Amino acid sequence: MTDSPRLRVNPAACSGHGNCAELLPELITLDEWGYPLLAEGGVPAGLSRQARRAVRDCPALALMLSAPVHSVPVHSVPVHSEETQKLPRRPA
Amino acid sequence: MNGITSSTALWYASRATGVVALLLLTAVMVLGILVNRQGRLPGLPRFGATSLHRSVSLLAAVFVAVHVATAIADPFVSIGIVASVVPFVSHYEAFWLGLGAVSLDLMAALIVTSLLRGRIGRRTWRVVHWLAYLTWPVAFAHSIGSATDMQRGGLLYLGIGCAAAVAAALAWRVTAARRAVPPGQRAARVLAAATASRQLDREQRARAGAR
Amino acid sequence: MSVDYLAAAGPPPAAPPAGLPRLIPACAPADAGADHRSDKQSLAGHLARLGPLRYPARPGGLIAEAEAAGLTGRGGAAFPVHRKLAAVAGQARERRRAVVVANGAEGEPASGKDAALLWGAPHLVLDGLQLAAQATGATEAFLYARRGEELSRRLLGALRQRAAAGLDRVEVEFVQAPDAFLAGEETALASWINGGPARPAFKQPPVYERGVAGLPTLVQNVETLAQLALIARFGAGWFRALGTAAEPGTMLATIHRADGGSYVTEASLGTPLTALLPAELAGPGAPADTVRAVLVGGYHGAWLAPEQAAGLSLSNASLRPAGAFAGAGVLAALPAGRCGLAETARVGRYLALESAGQCGPCFNGLPHIAGALGELAGPRPRRQALADVQRWAGLVTGRGACHHPDGFVRFVRSALTVFRAELDAHARGRCTATDHTPFLPVPAGPPAREPR
Repeated sequence: MTDSPRLRVNPAACSGHGNCAELLPELITLDEWGYPLLAEGGVPAGLSRQARRAVRDCPALALMLSAPVHSVPVHSVPVHSEETQKLPRRPA
Repeated sequence: MNGITSSTALWYASRATGVVALLLLTAVMVLGILVNRQGRLPGLPRFGATSLHRSVSLLAAVFVAVHVATAIADPFVSIGIVASVVPFVSHYEAFWLGLGAVSLDLMAALIVTSLLRGRIGRRTWRVVHWLAYLTWPVAFAHSIGSATDMQRGGLLYLGIGCAAAVAAALAWRVTAARRAVPPGQRAARVLAAATASRQLDREQRARAGAR
Repeated sequence: MSVDYLAAAGPPPAAPPAGLPRLIPACAPADAGADHRSDKQSLAGHLARLGPLRYPARPGGLIAEAEAAGLTGRGGAAFPVHRKLAAVAGQARERRRAVVVANGAEGEPASGKDAALLWGAPHLVLDGLQLAAQATGATEAFLYARRGEELSRRLLGALRQRAAAGLDRVEVEFVQAPDAFLAGEETALASWINGGPARPAFKQPPVYERGVAGLPTLVQNVETLAQLALIARFGAGWFRALGTAAEPGTMLATIHRADGGSYVTEASLGTPLTALLPAELAGPGAPADTVRAVLVGGYHGAWLAPEQAAGLSLSNASLRPAGAFAGAGVLAALPAGRCGLAETARVGRYLALESAGQCGPCFNGLPHIAGALGELAGPRPRRQALADVQRWAGLVTGRGACHHPDGFVRFVRSALTVFRAELDAHARGRCTATDHTPFLPVPAGPPAREPR
């Protein structure tokens, strides 16, 4: 599980659209105000395609898929997974 | 192959794909505003509108590409490749075609940035996507200006229909924007609503208790 | 390390303060009217008391000294200062430019220590700002201070004095913070200085990478910078002479006594709360008859029962196991005979309205919780109200761009634990309180967050 990418949401960008919860109901549900509740832990391999689609289809670009937890300190997780390789390691 | 016939075929192809492109772009505009307003299409899940907006825009791009390619290939009118992307340099109908070139450039920007959304960051993508509000009117003006048969008959009604659809969607967008609660007031609104509903609840209980 | 640092620079020309106070020379209750005439002397007085500012000889010297001293941020988060300095310095090496900001916004209504420090020892803060600029390689510096005409005039005067004396290597720009609870939040601060509204932002990228003007930015509380300026003069060993081994040094605290008086004081880390609130926690009748509860850490802190508070000290080591934390040093003793729920509901409503309105869980959840608290503070609340609060509290934690929802929930949950007596009484239609006068300070009017 520590190897799998994690879903994160930028709460300030999220407008409660709800696409993500429909595309990835196994990992995302909506709270009573329509905002996403993300399941703990990483995205299992079987759901990674749907997860990437949910990220791509978020109208507010608020959903993100971060690099595997074990290799990057949590607080310096980049915005989008494609950028991981381009960034230098930040100090802890 | 008869030169005149093939030219005519290309000419018709260009105009036909142009009309379809306009229809599709109108749909893209309306769908885009629907997505922005978090609306739903009946019978479809929420992500349906987003998916459709993307699919239709890519389809529209295909039709636009064919529209431009057939117009360039057509020997009857001298429209070069350059004129299709650089505005107002064509010898044929410089102004109206120039508008077509402008809308093509804008469409390319919209589609490329949307395909690369993940890499360019939220803010950049949003700023470029606002150009959509410019793209459709320019494409529409190009249509009615360069296609004389859009200025009467069935195609005229088609044009009017497209304009009406976009106008309605825009009106919806504008009223929603004006009614939108600015962030600084959102918590206050929610508190007022929550307090009001509690008050109602209290009154109901009091009445129920009194009976 | 500390010995080398001082030895290289020579002994300090002024004697290091022995004991308290260290930061503000005359630690009397802060009265605004006192010091206008001594404005001219304040730089001279500062230099006479503490000696000239000395920059470390070698690059990284200050960072090493801050690490040896174990200095942590005094803005509430207690983050190790040397790590922040190193992070910004590292980014600055790559990007060639950096910004340092002295954060004196003090959005917390119950806290007055930053204002008192800026009033009573502005040059110590500004020394610290220059030191931080040198340590990080910053090319720009800002002093971000809470709104206040007299304070602003005094600070601008201090900056002019320093300019005239050629003291500052990096020019300092003075920026007035808006009147908002979250004005001191790092990303809100960066947004404001950049010309936008003072609203927090998602922490990616972090402020030490892209903050003011997209540059690596060091944001440090004014008290932290003042402590840094003292460490630069007198060394880590001197700093550690007070406080505890795990939490060395002193901190400023804002004390709200049960009789309504409030003042700013400086205390060593580890000082027992009974020493800071003697009448309330250790005097005759204390603590049961004198105080209903003690609020520790401000409006994102926690309520403590009086008996519990009487056994704790001003340090995170002592307070964290009790569910509280030292924070920015706010200690408020709610007098006996007050309704703790009413106070909590009042403050809760204020905190809810201070939401920046960006994150759905926050601008929905906090007002809902505040509404339910209002109901719990009144007679015969619905049984559902308490369950609602608990449910919503779980829903908002960790789901904002900043820690406003988390701090709010900590405050509220501690109230529901400590004020059980009020909860039970209200359920029966009565209140334990005899005095319903509001106690905790809550500003009137909505927050002003939009750019001028």
